Amino acid sequence: MPQLLSPLPGTFYRSSSPDKPPFKADGDAVAVGDVIGLIEVMKSFHEIKAEVAGTNIRFECDNEEPVMAGAVLAEVG
Amino acid sequence: MLKKLLVANRGEIAVRILRAAKDLGIATVAVYSDADRDSLHVQIADEAVHIGPPAAKKSYLNVAVILRAADEVGADAVHPGYGFLAENADFADACAAAGLAFVGPSGDAIRTMGDKVSARSAAHAAGVPVVPGSLGRVADIEAGRHVLIDTGFPVMIKAAAGGGGRGIRIANDLPEFEAAFPQAAAEALAAFGDGGLYMEKVIGKARHIEVQVLGDGSDAVHCFERECSLQRRRQKVWEEAPSQALSDQLREELCSSAVRLARAVGYSGAGTVEYLYDDAADRFYFIEMNTRIQVEHPVTEMITGVDLVAEGLRIAGGEPLRLKQRDIVMRGHAIEVRLNAEDPARDFAPFPGTVTDLRVPGGPGVRFESMLYAGYTVPPFYDSLLAKLVVHAETREAAILRLVRALKETRIDGLKTTKPLFLALADDPAVQAGAVHTRWLEGWLETHAARLVPDLEP
Repeated sequence: MPQLLSPLPGTFYRSSSPDKPPFKADGDAVAVGDVIGLIEVMKSFHEIKAEVAGTNIRFECDNEEPVMAGAVLAEVG
Repeated sequence: MLKKLLVANRGEIAVRILRAAKDLGIATVAVYSDADRDSLHVQIADEAVHIGPPAAKKSYLNVAVILRAADEVGADAVHPGYGFLAENADFADACAAAGLAFVGPSGDAIRTMGDKVSARSAAHAAGVPVVPGSLGRVADIEAGRHVLIDTGFPVMIKAAAGGGGRGIRIANDLPEFEAAFPQAAAEALAAFGDGGLYMEKVIGKARHIEVQVLGDGSDAVHCFERECSLQRRRQKVWEEAPSQALSDQLREELCSSAVRLARAVGYSGAGTVEYLYDDAADRFYFIEMNTRIQVEHPVTEMITGVDLVAEGLRIAGGEPLRLKQRDIVMRGHAIEVRLNAEDPARDFAPFPGTVTDLRVPGGPGVRFESMLYAGYTVPPFYDSLLAKLVVHAETREAAILRLVRALKETRIDGLKTTKPLFLALADDPAVQAGAVHTRWLEGWLETHAARLVPDLEP
């Protein structure tokens, strides 16, 4: 199953701010280029975009979880 | 004198404060998150307490956990450093309520200076020139039209509850003002839950000049000014003292106005009163007060010989100000540059990673404030400041030469840093002439940034 990896080390966020819904929920369809989360690196935020499309995304990483570069953020089925 | 100090911070400022405390014979306690187990501040403190996961709000911003750590180790004082809890009035109050000396001003002084409108009123009441505009909140658009008599155009309409550049609108003429005022009020209400507005004249090309003060709650002195006009996105990158722009007479007026304000609010500890200086009009205007030690404090220490962090610790321990104004004299010129883990050629993208090798500059008039060591991994969770390189020399010209020499000695292998930016700035005729203002650097970067390629040693 294709995986979406974090290109950077930092903190993973599922939504654009704490009072907003997540970009994607488990089970959602994704298109190439859809934003699936943010990585905060040294106080700057970087959008993470899907590089593959699918009908069923499964997150492997929780909101606000620290990640290393190369960590699996989600799998796309 | 304080007996045991907990430093509620990390990185280079935690190292700086721990060193100052040790120099005074005070026992020291570091705190650290999961991401900072291997940090220098943990290694040099007498004790260290783990305070939680990497996310700052769960560790360095967690008041309950920090107060519990202070209680567990039997600390009698807490130093907040800068950032994190440094300008949190409730934290200062909570320390006092727990019987801990907070190294800094009272919660009330932080509150007064933290609110833009009350700070502006306090400055005006102390006879400190403020940017022409409303003295407090502007009741309605009719009151706003009266304020225009003082400000002229362009004018800024700002949310009283805003900050960090948010909630600001600029009107260039009366029709724009008439349209923007109600929009700004509605936006402020929606964004901040407070529709209060105030107004200020837009100062065009201005320098950022700030005055270092020390207070003991009743008396206050100044340690002269710093100029920090070289900024990118409102972040200072290069700071120096003294400012080339001030005459002796204007320096005296500026510095004594800061002392009046510090006395008026019963300021305690080290603080900074920030101003805009309008070269064309030869006038300065109060913008805000930072109620904490600042990143660029070593610049002032280099020209005055005063250890600002140590003085802050003495004051927090209950000593009155040791220094009289006549004891504080400035000598020579100092420059600080901020070496950040950022790639200046790629829009200053952050670059965390491992320091594979390190060469620290030295020799006369060179100071390197940092938490780096060879093998240290810079975590991605906090700010990008790696080191402050501070140089001091007899003249500004000699200080720039020394800066270039020290930068060329410096190697931080494994990371991209802002070093190429400072080598290029030191070589720039406008910087050499001191002919800059707060928006100068952003314009310069548009044509120069692509050439600022860092060497990335293996």
